[in-house]
Amino acid sequence: MKELVCIVCPNGCVMTVNSDGQSITVTGNKCPKGEQFAYAEETNPTRTICSTVKTAFPYAPVLPVRVSAEIPKNRIFDVMCEINKVVLRQPIACGDAVITNVLSLGVDIIATSNILKQSS
Amino acid sequence: MTNTDVIVIGGGPAGLAAAIAAKKAGAEVLLIEREARLGGILKQCIHDGFGLVRFGEKLSGPEYAERFIQKFDEANIEALTLTFVTKIEKTPEGIRLTAVNRNGVVQLLSKALVLATGCRERTAKQIFIHGTRPSGIFTAGTAQHFINLLGQMPTKKCVILGSGDIGLIMARRITLEGGKVVGVYEAKSTPSGLTRNIYQCLYDYDIPLYLSKTVTRVFGDDRLAAVEVCSVDENMRPIEETFEIVECDSLILSVGLIPENELAENLGVELDPRTKGPVCDEHLMTSVDGVFSCGNALHVNDLVDYVSESGECAGKAAANFLRRERTEIELIIGKNVQYLIPQRLDLNAEDLKTVLYFRSREVLQKNSLILTVDGCDVYRKWFSVLRPPEMERVEFDFGPLGLTPQSQVYFRIEEVERT
Repeated sequence: MKELVCIVCPNGCVMTVNSDGQSITVTGNKCPKGEQFAYAEETNPTRTICSTVKTAFPYAPVLPVRVSAEIPKNRIFDVMCEINKVVLRQPIACGDAVITNVLSLGVDIIATSNILKQSS
Repeated sequence: MTNTDVIVIGGGPAGLAAAIAAKKAGAEVLLIEREARLGGILKQCIHDGFGLVRFGEKLSGPEYAERFIQKFDEANIEALTLTFVTKIEKTPEGIRLTAVNRNGVVQLLSKALVLATGCRERTAKQIFIHGTRPSGIFTAGTAQHFINLLGQMPTKKCVILGSGDIGLIMARRITLEGGKVVGVYEAKSTPSGLTRNIYQCLYDYDIPLYLSKTVTRVFGDDRLAAVEVCSVDENMRPIEETFEIVECDSLILSVGLIPENELAENLGVELDPRTKGPVCDEHLMTSVDGVFSCGNALHVNDLVDYVSESGECAGKAAANFLRRERTEIELIIGKNVQYLIPQRLDLNAEDLKTVLYFRSREVLQKNSLILTVDGCDVYRKWFSVLRPPEMERVEFDFGPLGLTPQSQVYFRIEEVERT
């Protein structure tokens, strides 16, 4: 038996997770997302990461980016390494991919700001 | 002189929502922003989790702002950017503003005004830390500005004082960028930030959280070299035998936010000592007729979704503002309520459907918010847990209560059986 705080929404439900090696039961969650989160935490924990990539534009030296979907928690720093290799030389828009299929995880790194488009 | 119906000061989430709502309600609107770009602090809040309540999606700050900027542009609302308001006066013709920008000094006149000026971080000067004056001591928001907008790492090894949300978010951000966060120190016995942030920002990255511990002294000549930390007793007094030296190049402060109301105060707007924002009625009109407040200028929010909601309320009301008498009664708060917004109710308003925002004074399990009018219970809402860092919102229609100027309207939080 283990206590787990759900990080899916601001409710932050305190859940109790029972895992007997075969099945997992969750209590304390207000919605089904809590159960999904607890299940993922027990099997393959995933997280979203947000960061910035360097640009060649002096008015916006960095552009905010995030992963398009959650990535395995143990790959966070590997993905950060890839993000930190990027230098953008062309203006891109919010939602455009900066890296497609990063480290073959099936997830893109996408821009989350229009600053390069707005200012160009 | 520019003459308009509604002027909104501040182009962050509250101001954008207010301007869009005012325009939608038929008003001619002008928004004034001191920075070059709209979006306010969201521009540097690149982490996700914004908009869950409103859009059902986990957006980053810039993405959340983008959605409102798009609507703002579509509504064809005029914005004066790189413009700073220096003076506001009440005149018989309306509210007169003096602002400066690249064209020099400009005079503006409007029928109603929405103050969406946000909040400011408490700085090192406002908490009592002894020692030298080295560089390397800054607020979490400043660290966020350096890393997320300028792309500069301001620290290799830091101590974070205070467990506010921005501090927790920056602990994770600094770690992701290769910096070392020695620990987050919180003088209180409970964290100030949201529980989920304690988990996803600290515990996920093995960053220790020290409760009932604070920083008492800083050391260093040019650059910070170390800080002195110690445990505090329940009266927040340092405990002698617990002093410890922690080496670090930076001390990052996340020790609270204060609503920015300098312009409001100059106008004579009455402030609530509990929220440090204006005292407002159910339409978020301040004590000065025609002047409205919203977002973090009204009270410090933990979720942007409610910042936008209060902006919409203030913007719509500002557009519909007509000079008339107000008959106001106080919403009195009692046991366990840290604050309640609105603080007053204008009984002359057509509609008394009200969105109430409140926080409890301490962590409370299985409690109810109870409303009594002249000693009779009229409303109860049960909460499995109330935490001061997590604002609660309830909707209530005061209309059917038939309130009079003599009514005693009283809110309290009490442990009662769930009904």
